[in-house]
Amino acid sequence: MTVLFGIFLLTLVVITALGIVHTKNLFVAVMLLGIFSLLIAANFFLLDAADVALTEAAVGAGISTVLFLGALALTSERERAATPHRWLSLAVVVSATLVVLYATFDKPTFGDPNAPVHQHVGPWYLEKTPEYVDIPNVVTAVLGTFRGYDTLGEVFVVFTAGIGVLFLLSGGGPASPTERRARPAESAIGLRDDLIPRVVARLLVPFILLFGLYVQFHGEYGPGGGFQAGALIAAAFILYALVEGEGRTLEALPRKALMALTVAGALLYGGVGLAGIVLGSEFLDYSVLASNPVKGQQIGIILIELGVGMTVTGVLLSIFHAFAAREQT
Amino acid sequence: MQLLGIYHYWVFAVLLMIGFYAVVAKVNLVKKLIGLSIFQAAVFLLYITMSKVSGGTAPIFSESAAGQLFSNPLPQVLILTAIVVGISTTALGLGIVVRIKERYGTIEEHEIQEIDRR
Repeated sequence: MTVLFGIFLLTLVVITALGIVHTKNLFVAVMLLGIFSLLIAANFFLLDAADVALTEAAVGAGISTVLFLGALALTSERERAATPHRWLSLAVVVSATLVVLYATFDKPTFGDPNAPVHQHVGPWYLEKTPEYVDIPNVVTAVLGTFRGYDTLGEVFVVFTAGIGVLFLLSGGGPASPTERRARPAESAIGLRDDLIPRVVARLLVPFILLFGLYVQFHGEYGPGGGFQAGALIAAAFILYALVEGEGRTLEALPRKALMALTVAGALLYGGVGLAGIVLGSEFLDYSVLASNPVKGQQIGIILIELGVGMTVTGVLLSIFHAFAAREQT
Repeated sequence: MQLLGIYHYWVFAVLLMIGFYAVVAKVNLVKKLIGLSIFQAAVFLLYITMSKVSGGTAPIFSESAAGQLFSNPLPQVLILTAIVVGISTTALGLGIVVRIKERYGTIEEHEIQEIDRR
């Protein structure tokens, strides 16, 4: 049954991808990309990756769609030119596909417990997590403590990308700031006149926020953690901005607060790392944070997950506002 | 199970190349970024496919999962963070596209090159 379901979902993914590339209407392509992400998330879930599925559903189907739509509003909705060198590109792509397909015959059997992937550190993580960290979700344990350096690096990549978007899109636009303020923000009102989306969104926003916080603080026990929670909380605010207008959202959570959130998250993560050094151990070693090393690990993970959540929320919302505030040329 | 495994790898290969086609053949910059997203998703799918152990379950300890096999948590961690990094870099790319549109008035690659040549 699962096999059939898996094949069905994968086929749908391929069909959706073909549709995305084929359509000339970029609006349709972006909507299909949202569906594509949701299907991929369902696939991840079938493959036992609950945390990844949650992230992909929140980020891919939610936030990425909104960002693409924001960019389309500022550029154009249709792809004008026909594809030049289509046959050459097709030939290259088809031959590359054949090479990759040929390579798949050398891959280990699907689900084989003796595959090389499962011989390295993976089993060690599964075995030692109860002893060293004692939290149920191994994914969170690996993310937070065993591979804390990686996660720190990734948080800084997200942070840097956020700063980059702000540099690109804030100020220096076609309309001068005074002009922008003088113009009544017609487009910023959003869907305020549409009763049903507005009521539904108003009902949903608090629950999405609550679920985001649950995912944040329950990440040690079930699927979840800072990355997913950040995406979910950002999605709640974006939904609010879509129905109530951007101005109101900025009243609730001003740009300065977002910047502070972003920076504070990254600093919190780095600070927890430095605390390890100050307390006489190594960078990002949480076991010295409490008298009991296992307790210390747990405190460390909660703190760095909070840092991750803050940075991801701050960056995603800053990016959204940067796109939304820009006037169309 | 064997069939599903081969099928996963093939879908990975096909998705990878659909994304690649959009990146190399399309001239619209937003379409290229969309292609890049598909390409990225294909790589994610490959990693998660590798993490699966047959008969295993999600790597979360609980009473009901006692004594059960678990799928490999490591690829899942790598991809989880990669998804969030992916959206940030896509946003950066979209930011650049918006600036290009403002400067050149178009997001079609060949028109941009023509303006540059002048």
